[in-house]
Amino acid sequence: MGKKKKRSDLKTQKAVSGYLFILPFIIGFLAFMVNPLIESLRMSLSNVKIVAGSGGFIMEFIGIDNFKRAFFVDPEFNRMLVDEIRKMVVDVPAILIFSFIIAILLNQNFKGRGFVRAIFFLPVILSSGVLVGLEYNNSLLSGMQEVIKKSSAVDLTEVLKQILLSSGFGERTLKVVFDIINHVYDIAIASGIQIIVFLSGLQTISSSMYEAAKIEGCTVWESFWKITLPMVSPLILVNLIYTIIDFFIKSDSKVMDKISTTMISKMDYGFASAMAWVYFGAVILMIAVFGGIVSRLVFYDD
Amino acid sequence: MMTKTKQRKKQWAKFLERNKKSGGYLLKSIAAEKTYKLVRAVLLFGLCFLILQPLLNKLSLSFMEERDLYDPTVVSIPRHFTLANYVLVNKLIGFWKALFNTLWVALLISFTQVAFATLVGYGFARFNFPLKKFWFACVLLVIVVPPQTIMSSLYLHFRYFDVLGIIKLITGQTINLQNSIIPYVLLCMGCMGLKNGLYIFLIRQYFRNIPKELEEAAYVDGCGTFSTFFRIMLPDAKPILLSCFLFSFVWQWTDSFYSRLFLGDIKLLPKMLTSISGLLSDYINSIGAGVKATVGYSQMMISTGMIMAIIPLIIIYIVAQKGFVESLSRTGIKM
Repeated sequence: MGKKKKRSDLKTQKAVSGYLFILPFIIGFLAFMVNPLIESLRMSLSNVKIVAGSGGFIMEFIGIDNFKRAFFVDPEFNRMLVDEIRKMVVDVPAILIFSFIIAILLNQNFKGRGFVRAIFFLPVILSSGVLVGLEYNNSLLSGMQEVIKKSSAVDLTEVLKQILLSSGFGERTLKVVFDIINHVYDIAIASGIQIIVFLSGLQTISSSMYEAAKIEGCTVWESFWKITLPMVSPLILVNLIYTIIDFFIKSDSKVMDKISTTMISKMDYGFASAMAWVYFGAVILMIAVFGGIVSRLVFYDD
Repeated sequence: MMTKTKQRKKQWAKFLERNKKSGGYLLKSIAAEKTYKLVRAVLLFGLCFLILQPLLNKLSLSFMEERDLYDPTVVSIPRHFTLANYVLVNKLIGFWKALFNTLWVALLISFTQVAFATLVGYGFARFNFPLKKFWFACVLLVIVVPPQTIMSSLYLHFRYFDVLGIIKLITGQTINLQNSIIPYVLLCMGCMGLKNGLYIFLIRQYFRNIPKELEEAAYVDGCGTFSTFFRIMLPDAKPILLSCFLFSFVWQWTDSFYSRLFLGDIKLLPKMLTSISGLLSDYINSIGAGVKATVGYSQMMISTGMIMAIIPLIIIYIVAQKGFVESLSRTGIKM
């Protein structure tokens, strides 16, 4: 009887072992994600007081006062958030385009390719965690940059900028372009993973497709738009989402910094939670908007 | 000698003829290719230099004496070569102790993270069960949620740790788990550590690409679910596990967010790095020199400290470069 039941329930058995495998995730998710999320939402709606001695804390419900404080009272938060989002809107497309171009270059054959690849992936390791923050604060380096700028008689980019601006064509766009060029270093070190992902996509496109296109009379330029771009477009979506998330949670983000200090140094848990939720909402909104636009353009081969 | 020039002339004539036949196309295409190659080389060289430059800059700073900083003729090669910076930084942050601490914490954490992410990734890749899509959406949610959002409540949670009020009932007090590594390990066991959702995602992608026949053959031969997993699937997934482990290790090595939150008392390298300038001024006060550390000098110390913290990572990267990149590009990431 038991044996028969076992055989007939192979599907159930598989489902059970499947659940066994993902059990750590379920427990972790409920205990360390759902629970804190709810709790932090509650905190953001209340005034958290630490009870000295007895070990514990109490929450006084105060409605949306913390959010009001974040938006209307706090002098920095609004500005920081808007700055962060504005920076993201410029940086994310720049990172995507940069990493795509670099991936195409690194996919070609040339001498020393392995070495160049290694250098481009180096920021994945070196620009993580605390190192970014320290780099950011390095006033000595920025001081040196100033010196170099002053000492060189002609600033090439500055001259170029003047010429282009005086030609009176799209001043705003040009400003954005120069902005990007001026911090190409930040973009280069933020695009390590993206280059790997694009590279992996480029390697899966079979060369026979390019050959066929060439025989049909396609130029390189055309085959880029008609073959390369559609084939890697799913990866553009992946990279887009990764870049947005990475941008928002990297450690030199000013908003993140403010939240941490409010929490750890000032022990103002309610206010910090409220700010964190606003920040989270902004991230989700950005992902939804950008992801929505890009996912319409994605082409799936199968 | 004569024959050689003759030959060359002949070749050139041949080339011109071919060029004529193609209506100038041959010459044009060769010229375009050469220009393209040159532009590419310049571009890549420039960008590589751009990426390496801060690193080289710090390296040269770390060997300078302070007076070299104010010497306008010294740009990148130190005039007064010294190792004193390294000695001082070692003294300030207790380098070997911090290195050892960071090493064991990073090893423990990354091993836990990858072990549990593997289980979960395998479960998602190879089994069908009700609500699978829902749970996977939860994995994606974990990737998206900034840790800040839940930080405050986790912080208090572990500060006054309790399981359903049982501990308080017995001892009359909650446990403070703030300054031990236990909460963080628990977090990693629940797949909620640093970038843990990403590892689950990558490992799942990899397992999905392993042919189903392999698994079925094992089942037919009488392997159970778990022994199939351990004896057939795990050895096959070595590359991705290795690269996840490396990423986890490296990111843990430089992480300051989680370690500041949970590992307050353990002296780790990233934390020591951020406090280096404070330590320096303390040190200068303590020896009673009566002067303040200049900004330039403390930046020099930070540069030196960063080089010291980075060196192990660079060694790992050079040794295991393939592990970082190749296996990741083989997972076939898709959305």
